[in-house]
Amino acid sequence: MVISMSENTHIVNHLTPSIDGKGIMMGRRAFTEDFAPAGALILKVLRSPHAYAKITSIDASEARNMPGVECVLTHEDFPRIAHTRAGQGYPEPSPHDKFALDHYVRYVGDEVAVIAAKDKLTAEQAMQTIKVDYEVLTPVLDFETAKGNDTLVHQEEDIKEMFPIGFNPKENLAAAYEMEVGNVEDSLKDCEVTLEHSFYTQAQSHVMMEPHSVNVQLDYQNRLVIYSSTQTPFHIRRIIASVLDIPLSKVRVIKPRVGGGFGGKQAIHGELLAAAVTLKTGKASSLIYTRKEVFEATYTRHPMRLDVKLGADRDGTLKAIDFYGLSDTGAYGEHALTVFMVTGSKVLPLYNKVDSVRFHGHVVYTNRTPAGAFRGYGAIQGNFALETAIDMLANKLEIDPADFRKKNMMLEGETSPIFKIMGEGTKGTAMTMESCKLDYCLKRGRELTKWSERYPRYDETDTTVKSVGMAIAMQGSGIPYIDMGAATIKLNDDGFYNLMVGATEIGQGSDTVLAQIAAEALSTTMDNVIIYSSDSDLTPFDVGAYASSTTYVSGNAVMNAAKKLRVMMVDKVAHLMNVSTDLITFDGKTFKSKDETLSLKDFSNRITYNEHQEQLTASDSYVGHKSPPPFMAGFCTVEVDKQTGEFKVLDYTSVVDCGVTINPKLAQGQVEGAIVQGLGMAAYEESHRTKNGRLIENDMMTYRIPTHKEAPHLTTEFADSHEESGPYGAKSVGEIGIDTPPAALSNAIYNATGVRITTLPITPEKILEGMKKKENDL
Amino acid sequence: MKIEFTLNNALKTIEVEPDEMLLDTLHRLNLYSVRRGCDTTSCGVCTVLLDDKPVPSCSFLSVRLDNRSVTTVEGIQEDASDLADYFGSEGADQCGYCNSGIALSVHAMKQLNKPLDEETIKHYLTGHLCRCTGYQSQLKAIKAYLDGDKHV
Repeated sequence: MVISMSENTHIVNHLTPSIDGKGIMMGRRAFTEDFAPAGALILKVLRSPHAYAKITSIDASEARNMPGVECVLTHEDFPRIAHTRAGQGYPEPSPHDKFALDHYVRYVGDEVAVIAAKDKLTAEQAMQTIKVDYEVLTPVLDFETAKGNDTLVHQEEDIKEMFPIGFNPKENLAAAYEMEVGNVEDSLKDCEVTLEHSFYTQAQSHVMMEPHSVNVQLDYQNRLVIYSSTQTPFHIRRIIASVLDIPLSKVRVIKPRVGGGFGGKQAIHGELLAAAVTLKTGKASSLIYTRKEVFEATYTRHPMRLDVKLGADRDGTLKAIDFYGLSDTGAYGEHALTVFMVTGSKVLPLYNKVDSVRFHGHVVYTNRTPAGAFRGYGAIQGNFALETAIDMLANKLEIDPADFRKKNMMLEGETSPIFKIMGEGTKGTAMTMESCKLDYCLKRGRELTKWSERYPRYDETDTTVKSVGMAIAMQGSGIPYIDMGAATIKLNDDGFYNLMVGATEIGQGSDTVLAQIAAEALSTTMDNVIIYSSDSDLTPFDVGAYASSTTYVSGNAVMNAAKKLRVMMVDKVAHLMNVSTDLITFDGKTFKSKDETLSLKDFSNRITYNEHQEQLTASDSYVGHKSPPPFMAGFCTVEVDKQTGEFKVLDYTSVVDCGVTINPKLAQGQVEGAIVQGLGMAAYEESHRTKNGRLIENDMMTYRIPTHKEAPHLTTEFADSHEESGPYGAKSVGEIGIDTPPAALSNAIYNATGVRITTLPITPEKILEGMKKKENDL
Repeated sequence: MKIEFTLNNALKTIEVEPDEMLLDTLHRLNLYSVRRGCDTTSCGVCTVLLDDKPVPSCSFLSVRLDNRSVTTVEGIQEDASDLADYFGSEGADQCGYCNSGIALSVHAMKQLNKPLDEETIKHYLTGHLCRCTGYQSQLKAIKAYLDGDKHV
């Protein structure tokens, strides 16, 4: 592992174990369910059995009269306030197309009623007595026929976009977008070689280990206290208050430890219903989604079709890229536009030297489980299409695809016009790549995988063949001028610090990383910084854990707050010693002037109890002025059985430029976890629906994520890189790892077999079918 | 129904419902280490040791506990703390939701008192799904722990 190039740091970029792993492994109270008050009402949600239907009547009288049932809420019990469940900056770029409960149900699993009872059994029995009359409507399940379909998923008049996003429910459009640099059609005509192909990506499920959980209670000040397994506590507070029509000041959201999110908890799921029950009954409530509900009734990744056209000259100069995308947002438009835009904005700038580039398309409504945020956030779909197409073009040109990339890809000091044009939902921000070690990542990856010896295939026998395939990727670091993070740090007596951040630890290690940044700025040790995160009453604002923003955005806020406190402490010491501040030095433990020393401990005790008493507290906040992308090159080595199409990923090598790694092991964990999650999408994870729109793979037996046995050997290295605008040189690393596996695997399979798979997942059946077809064609 | 069983080395007599799952019983007894994951014995986060063998508690009826012994992480605190050091040095913690269950399976492997090859270790761990780590850091940490490496 490369550890250098950082400033001379003592905690940042050093090996530091996570601050919370031990307590959690030992089983301490940590997660949302652990904090459910004893005796809380148990909630169950009655869900639609139909993909599309109008509720003509609901009779819940029998349920309401059952002993032990506290209340049943239906659409008749809620004010009709259109909103989006997406946890995003306000006003959201997602259409306001959802009601707490509605008299239409738009997918199998959509909410019909919530039942609150003394225990689970009573709630389940009561649920079965509710009589719902449905007028069943014809659903639209095939996203390629959704636009302009006779079936309109949203017929209601009281839904809206917050600003122009191409929202047109009369055409089943949640959003639409187009942009063009130069003239792609003209450029393509001038190209000596062109390539045109369509790619399909599937509705991947997040499968975080902790299901979506919430519990709600009224405290003794009659305020609503919500414990939620969320990635966006502050957005939850805002959405709940506005939809239940209560002041924000009446809501407190506490995020305990979260058992994984990956984007699946970047929205409200259940919080609203639980809050409504507690408001109505005055009693505490607890709602924990079953795994079936997590699969059927939260979010998936947006499935997409991407039509790609590329043009190049014979010498291997890429000249034009044209991307048309059709994205399926399911029944509600959460993250519809922004995910779609990232499919272009965090993929296409990789090849910044083209004459022209176009990105356009539609995000359609269908009657299936809504799509939402998911690690990669559109970039993995775009990366699969572009990076597979690039290999296809390089094959056509008979150029090594790694050489082709080297010639055409983004380099340090360069830019792309796309940065200025495309933001997330709005215009973007122009920026130059002040740190971009993509050339190193590519070179090092080739060395590590013995590319020059092994490309395209090696060790071939009569029955098996091994091969390598690769792809490059970029992501971002937060959303500039929109996403803000803030931190407050205070000095306590005895000389230790409290660090309060809105930033949202969901298992990625942000509490550890942010505490490291504070400890670094204060020249102290990790045990001297006590971090507390994500409590809307006690911590300052932060948008939450998404868009690869925490290390970069929240990290900058923490660094600035800690540096501010350091200045305040030195000022105070100078005042106590009656000398000028520039004569004071501080090494984290002791303040020194020319002829006096004062330990931090004595100083803090003195200003707490004895003289010039003052609570020293510093706050700062940060909003990015750019979003410096992390980059990586991913290399997949596979072995394929030529008789069956079965394959095994032997190794996945990642060389990543995420600036300075604040915590090298946690950064490696982010990359490796994302690689295997990306390989899950590339090779294993698939969902099917019945013709009536019911999800078939709705549990962890049938929806197959990689286990210890599928996970390949992982080789992970970091480039020596320093991002000037990041805290101690860091960029983000949360998402970048997930982008390359689908394309790199597809390319490796082609290099092994000559079979090109362009519909995910890549399965032995598809490979075998391709090999058979090739044989027959000969 | 009244049952009598051993929980973390102490004899317990409690009332359970006929359809109550062990996971819910343990939560009633405030044993937070046993997590709720998939409801279908697929993910491993609800693992407990039943007579020293790892089993998923989400699908085990509590009435069948009579005269048997259940161990959770609360009963092997020292082992869990030691294993956590190895996880910490490999950066294998992440969200931690699956880690208490893993600690019990690792404890069961350790009780076998013999050297285990990588395939056997993976066999024990395949029932413990993890969406955070990509598994390699976990595997390294667990092997080092079982080998008694002193690097932490």
